[in-house]
Amino acid sequence: MIDKIFLNMTRTSALLILFIVAWIFVVLFNHSTEAMQTFGFDFITKDEWAPNLEKFGAYAAIFGSVASTFLAMLLAIPVAIGVAIFLSEIAHDRIKGFFGVSVELLAAIPSVIYGMWGLFFFVPILRDIFGGMGIGLLAAGIVLAIMILPFMAAVTRDAMNTTPDILKESAYALGGTQWDVIKDVIIPYAKAGIIGSLILALGRAIGETMAVTFVMGNVHHTPSSIMDPTTSIPVTLANEFTEADSSLYFSSLFGLALTLLIMSFVVIAVAKFYFLRKGRKEQ
Amino acid sequence: MTATQKRIIINRIALGFSTLSAIIALAFLFWILGVLVMKGIHSISWNIFVFEGSPPGYEESGLKHALVGQLILVGLATLIGVPLGIMAGTYLSEYGKNSKLAHTIRDISDIMMSAPSIVIGAFVYAIVVMPMGHFSAWAGAIALAIIMIPIILRTTDDMLQLVPGTLREAAFALGAPKYKVIMNVVYRGAKAGILTGVLLGIARVGGETAPLLFTSFNDNFFTTDLNEAMPSLTVTMFNYAISPYDDWQQLGWAAAFILSMFILGLNIVGRLILLAGKRK
Repeated sequence: MIDKIFLNMTRTSALLILFIVAWIFVVLFNHSTEAMQTFGFDFITKDEWAPNLEKFGAYAAIFGSVASTFLAMLLAIPVAIGVAIFLSEIAHDRIKGFFGVSVELLAAIPSVIYGMWGLFFFVPILRDIFGGMGIGLLAAGIVLAIMILPFMAAVTRDAMNTTPDILKESAYALGGTQWDVIKDVIIPYAKAGIIGSLILALGRAIGETMAVTFVMGNVHHTPSSIMDPTTSIPVTLANEFTEADSSLYFSSLFGLALTLLIMSFVVIAVAKFYFLRKGRKEQ
Repeated sequence: MTATQKRIIINRIALGFSTLSAIIALAFLFWILGVLVMKGIHSISWNIFVFEGSPPGYEESGLKHALVGQLILVGLATLIGVPLGIMAGTYLSEYGKNSKLAHTIRDISDIMMSAPSIVIGAFVYAIVVMPMGHFSAWAGAIALAIIMIPIILRTTDDMLQLVPGTLREAAFALGAPKYKVIMNVVYRGAKAGILTGVLLGIARVGGETAPLLFTSFNDNFFTTDLNEAMPSLTVTMFNYAISPYDDWQQLGWAAAFILSMFILGLNIVGRLILLAGKRK
């Protein structure tokens, strides 16, 4: 009797998560139908966002999300791989422990703090170097890169650490240098895991709100240079959700949220199902 | 130059680059930490814990409202999210095991763990704030709980699977029903791991700002009414930091410092518990 109740309680909780995910999609979809019916495909291809004229085109925000994430990945990937190699192969055990833990702890720092640092300390430097406001795509890309770096380095290191010692030792026995071993043994062995980890980090970066809200500018305008202020989907949501005054405006914001959810869902699912699953099987 | 010498040089260059990137990365990260600590210590005073928010320029302004609000929001989210997460994890590990359903739930929950938190905010806005007609602490707590459940589910599932099957069999052989085996044997064996998962889950939602922006919203005054908008450290920090007033920005840094210490503390305690558990 109690056994059955217990089973049902745990099963309901487990099914709840599926239910919540489905519910999120349904709710976002329902609330964005008005915008989709009004604008159709123009919603994602036009970049005119004028609440006073009741015109909403999300292209600038989508472009800003993709561009800032791309920039962040471009900057963060080489450094993260370097850090991961350092942590898994080069550093001595004691340094490894210390750096490893500090990288993991840094990944836990709230992203809003990276944003504050960006606004008060990094943007002024950019302003001095490049002129202009300093706020914009480049600032967002750099702050995002720094924010995602600890997470990316930690998961990449974990992927590299799955290489069996015996493979590395046989390569050393053949006279390989450390770099030979890294390049010809570890990276090929852990390739799927490393790519999966990087894409997982990308999935996080694309939905990141607080690190970029401070430094992006929130201007609905497709940037012509990386110094231009622009916006991204999460930045638009954070800035305008509480200001929306018409049902079409709201509907458009929900449309943005749905677009973002689909983008990140696809990215994360690809990382999980394609790369990380494969990596697991090979072990 | 012989081929060997060439390889050795390439080796040095490559390793040098990798070490350099580690140094650059850590330099940036310690720069941020340094700023946080310097600004934070500089801005912290007794007043912060005694006074609530006030217009810029007042001596007697503090963060009491945000500190209490933060504790209430995270506490409520924990009360909702932890039992659900633990029960769901229990189902996966003890009943679902390798069934198709269990694997689907694991995969979806993993994806949810990395889903954009601001989207969860928009969702909760639609299902809680819109019907109620106003922002509320409940909405904020529900948003945080939704983010927390997948984290707790994952660690509970992993930790329960570490408990050896022979322990369960021994308990079954004594005639114990399944729920008793789970409650008295499996949970006891995985206690440290589950606790760590809970602490890390709390630490993760404690630093969330985006899902609170349009659920619990913000308030510059002290409140404990769960049906009203409620201030949180993160949203207060955000609003103060983008304000043009020096003293508000200072309070923002103080909030950032307190919150980071809280979150780092939870992470460190969580790790220590897990280590102590392993050593046994």
